[in-house]
Amino acid sequence: MSEARTFGYYPGCSGMGTSMEYERSTRAVCEALGIKLVDLEDWSCCGSTPAHTVDHVLSAALSGRNLSIAESMGLDTIITPCPSCLTNLKTATHRMENPAFKQKVDALLDKPANNTVTVKSVLQVIYEDVGPETIRQQVVRPLSGLAVAPYYGCIMNRPPDVMQFDDPENPIAMDEILSALGADVVPFGLKVECCGASHGIAQKDVVTTLSGRLIELAYAENAMAMVAACPLCQMNLDLRQGQINAANKSRYNMPVFYYTQLIGLALGLPEKQLGFDKLAVNPDKVLRAIQEQSHVAQ
Amino acid sequence: MEVINITHSYDPAFVAEVEAESEQNVRLCYQCGNCTAGCPYNFAYDIPVSQIMRLSQTGQKDKVLGCKSIWICATCESCTTRCPNGIDVARIMDVLRHMARRYNYNTVPNVRSFVDAFLDSVEKHGRVFEMGLMANYMTKTRRFWTDADLGRKILPKGKISFKPHRIQGRDEVAKIFERYKEQQR
Repeated sequence: MSEARTFGYYPGCSGMGTSMEYERSTRAVCEALGIKLVDLEDWSCCGSTPAHTVDHVLSAALSGRNLSIAESMGLDTIITPCPSCLTNLKTATHRMENPAFKQKVDALLDKPANNTVTVKSVLQVIYEDVGPETIRQQVVRPLSGLAVAPYYGCIMNRPPDVMQFDDPENPIAMDEILSALGADVVPFGLKVECCGASHGIAQKDVVTTLSGRLIELAYAENAMAMVAACPLCQMNLDLRQGQINAANKSRYNMPVFYYTQLIGLALGLPEKQLGFDKLAVNPDKVLRAIQEQSHVAQ
Repeated sequence: MEVINITHSYDPAFVAEVEAESEQNVRLCYQCGNCTAGCPYNFAYDIPVSQIMRLSQTGQKDKVLGCKSIWICATCESCTTRCPNGIDVARIMDVLRHMARRYNYNTVPNVRSFVDAFLDSVEKHGRVFEMGLMANYMTKTRRFWTDADLGRKILPKGKISFKPHRIQGRDEVAKIFERYKEQQR
């Protein structure tokens, strides 16, 4: 591994709670791949979907406080594991290129940002700066025999002119990383189709329908597990899988990993750093299947 | 099929407002239907997104702001990504939600309550406090059984904190909301 790359790090609120296994595994994997994370000091919530649903200037100001913190810490790039944080931080930066809009945002802030910070997802940095080939060389425990459906969620790559990463209809970053880990990546045609987002609480039928469709296709493609990159997608598919089964009269039992958990596993990181025990659908059987395969291969 | 006589109900001020706030030219939409074809939420909409675009062009304020679709859209960016004329349709949907709030349309009250509970939490603590957000949502909607089934799955995992993650700069965040509300008056 060459010298460590340093980035400002914005964990996002869900990392402190419902996606703590994503947060832990992200930190562990970044360290293992030579990505140094400098936490944004006293970061605040980006406002997520609710803020931009209410007002674009308010939303950009909530992101703006964090962008301003990054600037005062001398950071030129910040990365985040959460696509919702990502889209808010990036959209704020993009819209503040319009001086009239930026002026309105600045009026809400104690310390306005200067628009000097680049925002990327952790996935983008792992894919572009480290790369699947380097990851492949570090694999000590290939995930052979594990058939996975890569699910990117709707907003990590869209809209393309703002997100500037991978393909907006058929992204491949996770596919290539998972292949490098030795997993079998199944064709998954709903990679960027919405899971129902934050409607789980207020409009549950929307989530049970849309997420149900995603799991159904993963089964149809003979995946043993799904792989997510978004705390909300993962929660809808994993924690709400019982609700999906009840609503659709289905009997899904599909583990839903974060991609960072699988990278960590293949790199041989201690499992307690990867938080498999935090998943709602028990992944033990699927994880054992990999071990058996590796054993046979040896 | 419903026929609307636009000579009587065209509201030019509404069109101008949508265009100014969204920084989009709604007249560019030629009704190809690509946004509706790709919209994952169409099954839950009362008006498909392409028709919302048409009704916005023709200044049908009450029909647009009074529909359910604008509250159910989750900004998945499918419409924006696929629009052949480069219209940021998702941004227009967002702006229509802003306007629906401003003009007191509340067609899907649970969605509005969830959004409000979320932002209350950010305003108060600087970061979202998931447990508090749920309690606030249930109080607002009186839907006390919401996700009761998930509690027994998530609580033993230690993923839900009973205390907010307060930050030092929560006053700075509260001030963002305070200034925003002052501007709205």
